[in-house]
Amino acid sequence: MRYLCLVCFDGNELNTIDAETWKQCQVDSAAYDEKLLRSGHMVHAEALQSIETATTVRVRNGKLSATDGPFAETKEQVAGFILIEAADLNEAIRIAGGIPLARIGSVEVRPVMDFKSGLG
Amino acid sequence: MADFAAIYRAEARPVLATLIRLLGGFDLAEEALHDAWLAALDQWPREGVPRNPRSWLVSTGRFKAIDKLRRKARFDRSQDELILRMDVPDEPFEVEPQTIVDDQLRLIFTCCHPALAPDAQVALTLREIAGLTTEDIAAAYLTKPTTIAQRIVRAKAKIRDARIPYEVPEPAELADRLETVLHVLYLIFNAGYSAPSGLVPLRTDLSSEAIRLMRLVNDLIDEPDAKGLLALMLLNDARRDARLDVAGELVPLDEQDRARWNRPQIDEGAALVAQIFAERRLGAYSIQAAIAAEHGQSATAEATDWQRIVSLYDLLLRLEPSPIVDLNRAVAVAMAHGPEVGLAIVDRIDADGSLSQFHLLHATRADLLRRAGRTHEARTAYAEAIALSQQEAERRFLQRRLNGLPS
Repeated sequence: MRYLCLVCFDGNELNTIDAETWKQCQVDSAAYDEKLLRSGHMVHAEALQSIETATTVRVRNGKLSATDGPFAETKEQVAGFILIEAADLNEAIRIAGGIPLARIGSVEVRPVMDFKSGLG
Repeated sequence: MADFAAIYRAEARPVLATLIRLLGGFDLAEEALHDAWLAALDQWPREGVPRNPRSWLVSTGRFKAIDKLRRKARFDRSQDELILRMDVPDEPFEVEPQTIVDDQLRLIFTCCHPALAPDAQVALTLREIAGLTTEDIAAAYLTKPTTIAQRIVRAKAKIRDARIPYEVPEPAELADRLETVLHVLYLIFNAGYSAPSGLVPLRTDLSSEAIRLMRLVNDLIDEPDAKGLLALMLLNDARRDARLDVAGELVPLDEQDRARWNRPQIDEGAALVAQIFAERRLGAYSIQAAIAAEHGQSATAEATDWQRIVSLYDLLLRLEPSPIVDLNRAVAVAMAHGPEVGLAIVDRIDADGSLSQFHLLHATRADLLRRAGRTHEARTAYAEAIALSQQEAERRFLQRRLNGLPS
């Protein structure tokens, strides 16, 4: 089963982290991605550019509108995601707990809807 | 004629736990248990109760569920995979007693999974493992049955959709997850031991069920604080009969008739405490149990070793600092060194402000003021405690104390 691990940060807290910790986190992240790839748990991972680059798109009454900024104005910002393959939620939580960025921000684990199995 | 109702009461929950594992879902298992029981009611009166009713119910329930799925599969291809996954032999099978216990434990860990909301953990545990009805749970937690039902439905949906596994966590994760289980069982026990509000002060069925589940956890997991929580429950529950008088009014610890305490249960709890202290791996529950054992083993309130109780509270405060522990410690200090010394501590806690709306802070102060002979101040404190208390029996107790003050 697939789970999306959304890596979130508090933007303000992020600014307080020193360069050394940040650099170490990048190195650890690369190593962890590599590890997940080898164990077969990795489906896909990307880091996202900052929310200043975000544009929110809506279509209402057939009219498209695009506005500046993320969908939700919260302290926590989605910074990236890792799509994983895991047997169950416990394994997914284990994997999410290993994501180095979880030490700085938080990781939301969401099961991916499966339309094929018909068990739901 | 066998007492079918008694068999059902004893077997329904364990059988359900095993069916949930075998069938991989709550709804399917509940339906299966229901079908198996209907079959039993039809067959047992004619053919006699089977030698092992538990195995019979599990086998029959599983067979009925799979039969149902097969019939459905004729109309719905997507069920094929599910049936394949179950890989069924059609003949009845024996269920080992240990398997049943393991299945119940798996179910406890599933119901208390940290990915579920705390409220839902309690409701689900009471419903699925203790077999309480939604109405019972609602009554114990002063909520509407529909709210409880919703919580349970949502929790079950999350277990299914996010695929929370039916398993006891791996050793590396066990400590964390066990903490949640212990917390939920402690809440259940306390809901029975001292209902937070309402008209009925005791719900003994909840306490007894919490003790049964704690025994189950302890049989399978050797963890000092799990032992500590079992000891704490046993020791507190041992005083149950003495906590209410004939009129159903609350009796404080120092006035309880100690002959009515359950001695064998106190001995069992105290023996557990001794074991834990010998192992020297103390957790918060263990220390609270040690305090309860100290009370349980004293012949009278006066003979209690209050100094040792104060030391235990010191230990507890270091481990889990909280104003409520601090307040309990103040009571013990007052017993050891006089009410004025205790009052000084209560005033310090009150100045901190976090417990100012907590009725027991005011009840404690009132009691210490009363014992210090400061009647006028005690009167005000009792009135404050009564205004803040949510529980009828407790309010009546405080009112009696207030009325008993010298004018």
